[in-house]
Amino acid sequence: MLQIKNLHASVEDKEILKGINLEVKAGEIHAIMGPNGAGKSTLSSVIAGNEAFEVTEGEIILEGEELGELAPEERAHKGVFLSFQYPVEIPGVSVTNFMKTAINESRKAQGLEEMPASDMLKKIKEKAELLEIDRKFLSRSLNEGFSGGEKKRNEIFQMAMLEPKLAILDETDSGLDIDALRIVANGVNKLKSKDNAIIVITHYQRLLDYIVPDFVHVLHDGKIVKTGGKELALELEEKGYDWIKSSVE
Amino acid sequence: MELKDKFITSYAPFEAQIIGEVDALRKIRLEGLKTFEAKGFPTKKEEAWKYTSLNSLLKKEYNILPAAVSISKEEVKEFFLKDTDTYKLVFINGVLAVELSDYTSDIATILPMSVAFKNEETLSLLNEYYNQTVNKDDSLTALNTAFAAEGAFIYVGKSKVVDKPIELVYLSTSTEEAVFTQPRNLVIVGENAQVKIVERHQNIGTADTITNVVTEIYSEKHALCDYYKLQNDVAAANLIDNTYIKQGDSSRVCVHTFSFGGKLTRNNLNFYQEGEHIDSTLKGITIIGNKQHVDHYTLVSHNQPNCESHQNYKSIFDDSAVGVFNGKIYVDKIAQKTDGFQQNNNILLSDKATVYTKPQLEIFADDVKCSHGCTIGQLDDEAMFYMRQRGIPQREAKALLMYAFTEEVMSSISIPSLRLMIANLIASKLGVSMDFEI
Repeated sequence: MLQIKNLHASVEDKEILKGINLEVKAGEIHAIMGPNGAGKSTLSSVIAGNEAFEVTEGEIILEGEELGELAPEERAHKGVFLSFQYPVEIPGVSVTNFMKTAINESRKAQGLEEMPASDMLKKIKEKAELLEIDRKFLSRSLNEGFSGGEKKRNEIFQMAMLEPKLAILDETDSGLDIDALRIVANGVNKLKSKDNAIIVITHYQRLLDYIVPDFVHVLHDGKIVKTGGKELALELEEKGYDWIKSSVE
Repeated sequence: MELKDKFITSYAPFEAQIIGEVDALRKIRLEGLKTFEAKGFPTKKEEAWKYTSLNSLLKKEYNILPAAVSISKEEVKEFFLKDTDTYKLVFINGVLAVELSDYTSDIATILPMSVAFKNEETLSLLNEYYNQTVNKDDSLTALNTAFAAEGAFIYVGKSKVVDKPIELVYLSTSTEEAVFTQPRNLVIVGENAQVKIVERHQNIGTADTITNVVTEIYSEKHALCDYYKLQNDVAAANLIDNTYIKQGDSSRVCVHTFSFGGKLTRNNLNFYQEGEHIDSTLKGITIIGNKQHVDHYTLVSHNQPNCESHQNYKSIFDDSAVGVFNGKIYVDKIAQKTDGFQQNNNILLSDKATVYTKPQLEIFADDVKCSHGCTIGQLDDEAMFYMRQRGIPQREAKALLMYAFTEEVMSSISIPSLRLMIANLIASKLGVSMDFEI
């Protein structure tokens, strides 16, 4: 599904990603772990097409198509979803209105008619239940005044609505208490199928108790320095990131 | 001939044309003419006109006494509220369009000003109210006073609630000569009465227009008045709006001003609180681009204790557009417990766009709460990326963010069909076909 080849990316002339290689197949869950500043969030932003970063070398290929110059919305239309580490507050736009707009704009881009209002409502209701989201919550301004947990739950709700092929969850566990973590992880697991793939970006191992990865990659100083199975996450948790640093340097 | 001289020499023939008018009005006209003759058009040398120059407008030749033109309902239906029953007073080039108007009401007296001046019953009201709130030293108001021949007269008697909104629509149609019109509105909302009014100015011709309009609103004790100003969205239009509002005890007046274009728009909006427990609300949305210029000059005069005022203006400027906001809050020394609030938020979409914003607080009482805030910013890149990541294209994401920015003003529009009309105007102004009000 996703192939990343020798990816280099910079922000304001500072190189953050220094040659990433990664292959993710449909039906797989990959975890990317690493210390702060390793480039985890940069990698997710670059895959999603954030124009604040410049790709200086390499390729990102989704289902055989190079994403290269595609705008963020075009990548979204092709099935890329990024759950933000810090979801942005947008006063004046309700969660429902935002989702209706996002879904209909995606459909428009694919040459489809707008989704009938009744189907939309049904879908919203169903997905809100999956994430245990109260209806009242959906008429509030997007992320405005939401708690950390509410923001993350709302991100996964949007993922459920948009049904992406490739979902990148950037530090989705941060700010979640144990109950919210369970709800969010449960939602993600229900959304997973043999046709889609998930990349979980996390600093800590605890989310991986709930969303069990097929592969774990360790990112350090802009490169993937170690790849293994789910047991690698446990080893990292036990030995700490200094273990990676010392084994690399 | 300079425009000022043209007006002065045109007065005699103008007066001959409207012969038969009452003496009281003639006296008021002559006073206006005298003031205008002494002061002329305002220039940038005056503090109140520092950022807005009329110079280039005044150089043109204008027909200052344009004639009536007839247009069909079909041609102009988009300028009226949809699916809403309303009273209508429609003027084309300053002249009443009888066939487009519909103002018969059992509840309120709604008349063209020219008719009101010939009617015994309304004449006594005109004698009592006409030209009484205005700043008589203001030259443009004085010019209007001298030449105003038509407009809306609205009287809502004690405890009457007007059953449907009143639409005042001023259309310009000229395709050749530039036209200068001076409508005059008088609204009297009696004790405990309620009314909603929409005033729209729209140039549907191609020639330049200047509209110098004066509106007086009196709201008596406990009266409620929602007044909406919908201003030109075409380039060949200039508007100077002079509105004077006098409020009595516990009355509430709310004025929304929507400025979506025109070459030059100047709004002089003046509130005078002459009672206690008054609520005055001033809200505005301005969205302009190219070289358009919109200047909001507001005054809230808190003259009595225990009153509130709320100002909230949201503006978006693209290209080389220029915006001015000057908001003056005056608190008299007896106006204790005044609560005055003012906010002006601006978004600049281009490096060449300019905004001048200035709060002006003159407070002579010691137990008051007055606050003001202004912001000037760009669209948030993070928010843009977030929305685009969810599949909303750049232009639509931008439009949605801008619409969200106006939400505080949009949400207080009390006529649903008007809110929808404005949402659609904003969408077309932003170049998207989006249904914001879903």
